[in-house]
Amino acid sequence: MKIIEILQVLVFLAILLLLTPILGRYMADVFLGKKHVLSSSLGWLERAIYQCCNISPEETSNWKTYTLQLLFFNFLGFLVVFLLQIFQAHLPLNPQHFSNVSWDLAFNTAISFMTNTNWQSYAGETTLSYLVQVLGLTVQNFLSAATGIAVLLALIRGIRNRGTDQLGNFWVDVTRSVVYVFLPLSIVMATVFISQGVVQNFSPAQTVETLERESQTIPMGPAASQIAIKQLGTNGGGFLNTNSSHPFENPTPLSNLLQLIAILLIPFALTYTFGVLIRSRRHGLAIFMAMFILYLAGLGVSLWSELGQNPALLNTSFMEGKETRLGIVNSILWSVSTTAASNGSVNAMHSSLSPLAGGIALLNIMLGEVVFGGVGAGLYGMLMFVLLTVFLCGLMVGRTPEYFGKKIEAPEMILVILAILIPNVVILLGAGISVILPMGLSSISHAGPHGLSEMLYAWSSAAGNNGSAFAGLQANTPYYNVGLGLSMLIGRFSVMIPVLAVAGHLSSKKVLPLASRGFRLDTPLFVFLLIAVILMIGALTFFPALSLGPVMEHLLMKQGVLF
Amino acid sequence: MSQKHHIDFGQIFSLALKDAFVKLDPRVQWKNPVMFVTYIGALLTTYYALRHWGTSLFGFEIQISVWLWFTVLFANFAEAISEGRGKAQANALKKTRSQTIARKWVGHGEQKVSASELQVGDRVVCEGGDVIPADGEVIEGIATVDESAVTGESAPVIRESGGDRSAVTGGTRVISDRIVIQVTAGIGHSFLDRMIGLVEGAKRQKTPNEIALSLLLSALTLIFLAVIVSLKFFSDFSMLAAGQDLSHMVSVPVFIALLVCLIPTTIGGLLSAIGISGMDRLIQRNVIAMSGRAIEAAGDIDLLLLDKTGTITLGNRMATEFYPAPGCPIEQLAKMSQLASLSDETPEGRTIVILAKEKFNLRASEFLPEKVQFIPFSAQTQMSGIDIRTSEAVEKIRKGSLKAIEKFVQEQNGLMPREVISTAEEISKKGGTPLVVAQGKEVLGIIQLKDVVKGGIRERFHELRSIGIRTIMITGDNELTAAAIAAEAGVDDFMAQATPEEKLKRIRQEQAHGHLVAMTGDGTNDAPALAQADVGVAMNTGTQAAREAGNMVDLDSNPTKLIEIIEIGKQLLMTRGALTTFSVANDVAKYFAILPALFGTLYGTTTEGPLNVLNIMKLSSPQNAILSAVIFNAMIMVLLIPLALRGVKYKPALPWVILRNNVFRYGVGGLMAPFLGMKVIDLILSGLKVNG
Repeated sequence: MKIIEILQVLVFLAILLLLTPILGRYMADVFLGKKHVLSSSLGWLERAIYQCCNISPEETSNWKTYTLQLLFFNFLGFLVVFLLQIFQAHLPLNPQHFSNVSWDLAFNTAISFMTNTNWQSYAGETTLSYLVQVLGLTVQNFLSAATGIAVLLALIRGIRNRGTDQLGNFWVDVTRSVVYVFLPLSIVMATVFISQGVVQNFSPAQTVETLERESQTIPMGPAASQIAIKQLGTNGGGFLNTNSSHPFENPTPLSNLLQLIAILLIPFALTYTFGVLIRSRRHGLAIFMAMFILYLAGLGVSLWSELGQNPALLNTSFMEGKETRLGIVNSILWSVSTTAASNGSVNAMHSSLSPLAGGIALLNIMLGEVVFGGVGAGLYGMLMFVLLTVFLCGLMVGRTPEYFGKKIEAPEMILVILAILIPNVVILLGAGISVILPMGLSSISHAGPHGLSEMLYAWSSAAGNNGSAFAGLQANTPYYNVGLGLSMLIGRFSVMIPVLAVAGHLSSKKVLPLASRGFRLDTPLFVFLLIAVILMIGALTFFPALSLGPVMEHLLMKQGVLF
Repeated sequence: MSQKHHIDFGQIFSLALKDAFVKLDPRVQWKNPVMFVTYIGALLTTYYALRHWGTSLFGFEIQISVWLWFTVLFANFAEAISEGRGKAQANALKKTRSQTIARKWVGHGEQKVSASELQVGDRVVCEGGDVIPADGEVIEGIATVDESAVTGESAPVIRESGGDRSAVTGGTRVISDRIVIQVTAGIGHSFLDRMIGLVEGAKRQKTPNEIALSLLLSALTLIFLAVIVSLKFFSDFSMLAAGQDLSHMVSVPVFIALLVCLIPTTIGGLLSAIGISGMDRLIQRNVIAMSGRAIEAAGDIDLLLLDKTGTITLGNRMATEFYPAPGCPIEQLAKMSQLASLSDETPEGRTIVILAKEKFNLRASEFLPEKVQFIPFSAQTQMSGIDIRTSEAVEKIRKGSLKAIEKFVQEQNGLMPREVISTAEEISKKGGTPLVVAQGKEVLGIIQLKDVVKGGIRERFHELRSIGIRTIMITGDNELTAAAIAAEAGVDDFMAQATPEEKLKRIRQEQAHGHLVAMTGDGTNDAPALAQADVGVAMNTGTQAAREAGNMVDLDSNPTKLIEIIEIGKQLLMTRGALTTFSVANDVAKYFAILPALFGTLYGTTTEGPLNVLNIMKLSSPQNAILSAVIFNAMIMVLLIPLALRGVKYKPALPWVILRNNVFRYGVGGLMAPFLGMKVIDLILSGLKVNG
């Protein structure tokens, strides 16, 4: 690594770490309903939304109502995106005159954006009208992220509450996170992106004549506004097919750095917000440390693998599939961040990463998207691992386990186990069935272990609600559109619903006094155990599959065999 | 008790061996999901092996199958042997429940009936030599009773009507004297019956934490099932892609072997043994838990309510010092005190006699005048003493509280010296009780009575505090005395002049704050508090009501045992946690044995494929690698049976220290052990050349 490359990594991390407590503190104030810097300038918007949607912000609900409201809200979002797509030919803002989207693709895309996955079986610039992009996808980019935060807030209240089963008001949680967090940050980001050259217009695609006298179509559209929230809300669905490797989506080094920061900014900051809300900033820090260590380890292995030599190609480096503008370090920084954070945007083709770097991207998703993970979703997923760790540790010190004074008993354990294991089962069985069914096999475009990695990646990305693709797999078939669509749905709600149920259970539990609590949740020992539990679950579940995929490919590459 | 009741371990062992096979009944296996999967796996591999009868695969597959059967049998054996001890104890108890003839009291005469015909409310007479026919309360008389049949303790105990030592247990024997008993429990519901049921483990229900853990284990089993099924698909795909046929190795029996190695059989097989032996460890300490839930709750106790008397202090108050009034020689005070206490049968009275004897070598019998009349303590006068008749007059010697004696001397125109009053106040302040002695109108001085705190109890409380358990001392004493003793014993809090209602209120209060409370008690008035406490340990010497109310009964009636009970509760959870960690950590090594065995030649240009690098143990052959994993998996369970029965070592320490030690021992140990174990087994297998 050159000094300038090391500096890039350090500057990126330094900015993130600097912003974490600032944004974290701010979000804590927002979610607690306290006065904050934007309450006077944007308060009218919050109140206007309550008024026109007939929401009484003082009302609260128990976990069942909260969950039903959330499901209803998400279903509505799905319906809007689905209908906009299958009728887009008859709707305005379609300068390219795209035809209606097929039902299976529309189903897949609608679920994808509702679940914060943003898996894309389509290519934006050749499939969707601007209306669908703006009114369907961009809106869901905001709302799916806000849904994640709402679930996290409900869980936090469940932990904080004393003797009540009220988890707050879903509508208020969604409104506040959109109005005070996503909207202002997105406006700032989008403006900067436009200044860097990201397109933002409603013009039809331009056809130009190249120097070789051939015609080239240059896509246009309202990209900047969608890209800002795509990164901030850990959505990741690109306006254009090649996502952030396209010069109109990610034109300059500055836009690259800003987008990288935007991917991790809110997930980083939420750990701090969590610490404040839970009244134990040290516990928040411990969770942050566990995530950060796993993130750095993934980054380290990926960089080591990528900056090494490729023996099969006469010891050249791994530049295939990467933007020469961005280079290896920025591509790897992105691939590790986007898979850790359940974002899914890309600035390089993950299929062309060195086998181990691709494997790390895959593992980041397989660990359950808890290494920072999606906005809200990453942290509440991580908290399920925290509860599992607490349960095991409690047994080891001879006390029935408790978390912040609330006992973890059989009902909570079932829910925790469901939330952690169902996505894993979906990945294993989805990929397993697909490599033996002709319908599944016909979409694979690479031979051998690389083909297996491709398959594992697609199902992991869907079930983990990541949305990035290994590329290569031809996913726009009814089989994959429906299959992956269902895994996104299961991957999202098989975690969300148990989490809300855990919140409900914890909420009304008796609180044990501080003095009688078992062991501390803010020590390096706890961080170590949390990491160990996450890795054990991930490794034991996926070690065989990974060894036949990326590990095998890496070993074969060293013998000079490529796929 | 197990040591006291003679138990034949050889017999337990052979019974357990037999039971291990009896438990192969699928209806029994079904109850334990982890072992049920192993059971099905064993059946399937047997089927595959028999199908390959006569081919080269048969030998290898039948070995897998045999070891899977062993795995199931070992788990059965572990459970059977933990139940065995309880069964043996129950048998010993049953022998004492022989057919007894009861002397039923009807009207004014006795009638001989069979014990089985007795009903609640009947009255029976027992004299020296009789076996008490049923549980009951003594309503008349006093007797010494041999309770060794129940407690294993050979020293006889006193049972008398009224007070807190009135309960008798059916099956025990009256040694001397005569008592009348009112039957309180019908046949089949007696204490002995319940005890037999409990130690047999027949009514054992899974405790909350055990349920949570078995759910986790079942879920792990399910996920590994998904891992193996998908691995079958992935390997089919890979073989097709590589153009290789590895089906001699990549076969269903091997996948089953891998599955059984991965699912947490070690903890799954030992889980019920751990629970049963936890109950058993209590019984060995002579504590009967009425439910497993109570033992588990014991591990979480963070507040102990302890009676001062007998737990924190040595029995009753003792005379420790004489303080003579001005002008009175100390020997005189001692002599008169001894005289005044001669007839005093209370423990305090006796210690006064002893103190005088020890300090001044006084023996009252040597100078006891002939004509004396003992004045027993009466609630009205608040005094006791002795009247000595000489020819001229009656000399009255009295001891009692400051107020009572003051009144006594004033009636005879005597005066209470100011020095005596101030001394008395000082003694009170220090937690002692002043007993003033007067001879006629003359005040002689003060006897100091004091509670003596048990040796080592202070350190014990300190230890408890370090693991987060607070202690509250309960006493009938006044505030001042209680505070002094509390300070001396080092308890966290005390309740002075505690009434049963106050105790109950305090427990409720603490529970409302989320504390888990344990207490011991023996009196009928303790019953509500015992029932309210999360862990209520009733003393066996206590009343029937107290024994009914508590969820544990201490046969030794030793209140300090509460501390041991807590340790057993903690140990129970720790053993589960340790073995779960160990079991899951083992899996890593097994992957390193089985994956290279399965896929070591995949994509191989010669015989060795890339994944052979995973064979870091350098196991001799794919067959031996898989067998090593399966054999290790079976053998580790056998090796851990003693740990499951005994429980992991528990030393009070800070939670994070315990956590760190256990993570290191069972987590890191569990990671390393199978690498070593499988290598050793592989060396033996390749040495024996079982697989060519």
